[in-house]
Amino acid sequence: MWDYNKKVMDYFLNPKNAGEIENPDGVGEEGSLACGDALKLTFKLDKEGKIADAKFKTFGCASAIASASIMTEMIIGLTLDEASKITNKDIVDKLGGLPEQKMHCSVMGMEALQAAIANYHGKGKQVKKQEGKIVCTCFGVTDKEIEKVVLENNLDSVEQVTNYCKAGGGCGSCRGEIQMIIDRVRGKEGKGTIPAEKPKKLTNIQKIGLVQKTISEQIRPLLKAHGGDIDLIDVDGNRVLVAFRGMCSQCPTAEFTMKDVVEARLHEFVSEDLIVEEQM
Amino acid sequence: MSKVIYFDNNATTRVAPEVFEEMRPFLTDLYGNPSSMHTFGGQVEKYIRQSREMVANLLGCDSSEIIFTSCGTESDNAAIKGILASYPEKRKIITTRVEHPAVLGVCRELQGMGYKVVELGVNKEGQLDLNELESQVDEETAIVTVMYANNETGVIFPIDKIAEIVKSKGSVFHTDAVQAVGKIPLNLNKSHIDLLSLSGHKLHAPKGVGVLYVRKGTRITPFLIGGHQEKSRRAGTENVAGIVGLGKAAELAQKFIGEENTTVKKLRDKLENAILKTCKDAKLNGDKINRLPNTTNISFEFIEGEAILLLLDQFGICASSGSACTSGALEPSHVMRAMGVPFTAAHGSTRFSLSRYNTEEEVDFLIEKMPIIVNRLRELSPFVPK
Repeated sequence: MWDYNKKVMDYFLNPKNAGEIENPDGVGEEGSLACGDALKLTFKLDKEGKIADAKFKTFGCASAIASASIMTEMIIGLTLDEASKITNKDIVDKLGGLPEQKMHCSVMGMEALQAAIANYHGKGKQVKKQEGKIVCTCFGVTDKEIEKVVLENNLDSVEQVTNYCKAGGGCGSCRGEIQMIIDRVRGKEGKGTIPAEKPKKLTNIQKIGLVQKTISEQIRPLLKAHGGDIDLIDVDGNRVLVAFRGMCSQCPTAEFTMKDVVEARLHEFVSEDLIVEEQM
Repeated sequence: MSKVIYFDNNATTRVAPEVFEEMRPFLTDLYGNPSSMHTFGGQVEKYIRQSREMVANLLGCDSSEIIFTSCGTESDNAAIKGILASYPEKRKIITTRVEHPAVLGVCRELQGMGYKVVELGVNKEGQLDLNELESQVDEETAIVTVMYANNETGVIFPIDKIAEIVKSKGSVFHTDAVQAVGKIPLNLNKSHIDLLSLSGHKLHAPKGVGVLYVRKGTRITPFLIGGHQEKSRRAGTENVAGIVGLGKAAELAQKFIGEENTTVKKLRDKLENAILKTCKDAKLNGDKINRLPNTTNISFEFIEGEAILLLLDQFGICASSGSACTSGALEPSHVMRAMGVPFTAAHGSTRFSLSRYNTEEEVDFLIEKMPIIVNRLRELSPFVPK
C-alpha cells in the first residue's frame, strides 16, 4: 500500500477546483487512457492578466488527483509568466512529498499547465507540443522532457527517470539512451563512450554464452514488447544464426530489426566481428 | 482500524478460528522436532501424518503423494525446476500468458537460461485454445504448466481435459491450483494431473505453508536439498504448526465446499448483478460461466483502480485492482492485457473475492457504496462523455 501523507489524502478525498471552466482562456491536456493517467486543466484570466480561476479533471490515482488539485490552487492569482515557472518539484513540495514511484503524477501536472499556457498564447491545440525526439516509444516521452525532469529534480538513475516521467517503464529498450541523457545533463559526458565491459578474446564456448546472454537480456525484451520473439539457432565461428518468432516472423520490418537491433547489440556486447543471419 | 469488510480473499484469507486452535499447542508446549529420537519430539510426527491424510482427502489422492512446502510459490518453483532437472534432454516448457508470477516469472527466467518457452494466449473470455495447446506439446516438451483458476478473474481452465492431452503426448503436467483448492471440488484420482501446487493461506490456513502434490511414479528432482524430511523430497525442518493448521483447513474446506458453491456464490452473484446494474459503463471481465464461485472482476470505464480502492478503503472495504498504479508498475495487469481488455477498462478493473465468512449485510453495504464511489470519480474524470 502506498504511503501517502495526510495532505495528499486530503486533496484526494476533498479535491479543490475539480471541474471544467466554460469558455476558458487556456486549456491543457496531458497523459492518456493508455498511460493510466490523464489531466485536463482549464483556466480563466482576469483583466490584469492574472489567473482568476483554474479547474482540473483527472483520470488517475490518488496522487494524480491531489497533484492536479493543489496545482490549481497554486496558480490562481499568478500571472502566466509566474505560473510557467512552476516545476513538478514545487507541486511535490507543496503536497509535502509523494512516494518515489508516483513522481510522474506531479510531472503530469506541470506539463498540463505548460500546455494550457502555450494554448493561451496560441501555440499548440490544448495538447502539449512535441518538442525534441521521442526516446521512450511506449509512453511517448521525448529527450527534452527527460532532460527537464533530470535537471529540475537532480536525478541520477534511469529508475528515477521512470518514476518521474514513465520513460523506460514499458519494454525497457530505451533505458540505455536514458542513461546517456542523464550522463550528458549531469555533466558526466564521456564516461559512456568507453564500453563498460567487453572481453577481448573469447573462447568459442564463452562466445556462445555471451551471445545467448545478450539475446535474452538485451534483445528479447525489446522484441517481446512488440509481440515477437527470437531464438538462437546456432553459432558457427563468427556466424550467428537466429530465427524470429511470433509477430516478428511476419513483420515486414524484420530486416531492419535484424540490423538495427540484433546485430547492433551483438556487436556492442559480444564482438564487432559477428555476422548475424536469419534462418529461413 | 474500525470495521473491516474483507472482499480480497484471493489475496489471502483469515485463519479459521478452528485452525488457530488446532495450531496453538504446536506453538507452545509441543515444540519438538518431529525428526528427533525422543518421545517429546517424535510424538509430533503423528500430527503431521494426520494433516497429510486430510489434505490427501481434500484432493482425492494418496497421502504419500503430498509434500509440504513453505508456500505456493515454492511449490511452483519446485515443480517446474524439479521436472526440468529430471529430464535434462527436454528443453521446452509450455505455459500461459495469464499465469501467476510464481510460474510466469520462473518460466521467463528459464527462457533467459536457454529453455524454449511457449506462452499460450487467451481469448476475450480468458480461455485457452486447446487445439493450439495440443499442437505445441511435442517430444521436446519437459513440462506443461497451466493454472487451475485465475487469481484475477477467477476463470477456470478445463484442467482435466488439458491434463489428458498432455498425458497422451507423453509430457508432464503441472497445475498451479492455489486459487482453486477449497473453492471447487477436485479429484486427482480421476485426473491425469502429475503435479499440483496449493497454498495454505488461500483456504483459511496460515501463511507460510503450502503443498506440492506429486503423482506416484513422477520423476522429479528435489528443489531444496538437505535433511531427509518429506522422504528427502523437500528438506527443511517441518513447519509443524503450519502443517497442522493446513490439515485442519483442508478438513474444513471439504466440509464447506458445498457452501462455497451455493451460499458464497449466491452472495457473489448478488454483488455482481447489483453493481453491473447500478454502475453505468461497468463490464464483467472473464468467462462468466467457467469461473470460481467467489470471484468477480469488474471494469469501471473512465476511472482508475487505485482511486477506487482508496475510496472503498474509506468505508473499510478491501478489494484489489489490475490497475497499473496499484502495483507501482506503469502498465495494467498482464491478465487484463492478455485478454485484450481495452486500456480504458483495464486501469479501472476491480476484483472482489469472497469467502464463507462474508455476510449478506456486507454485500449490501458494498452495493450501496459502489455507485457513489464510481460517480464521484467519474465527476473528476476528463474522459466521461458528456
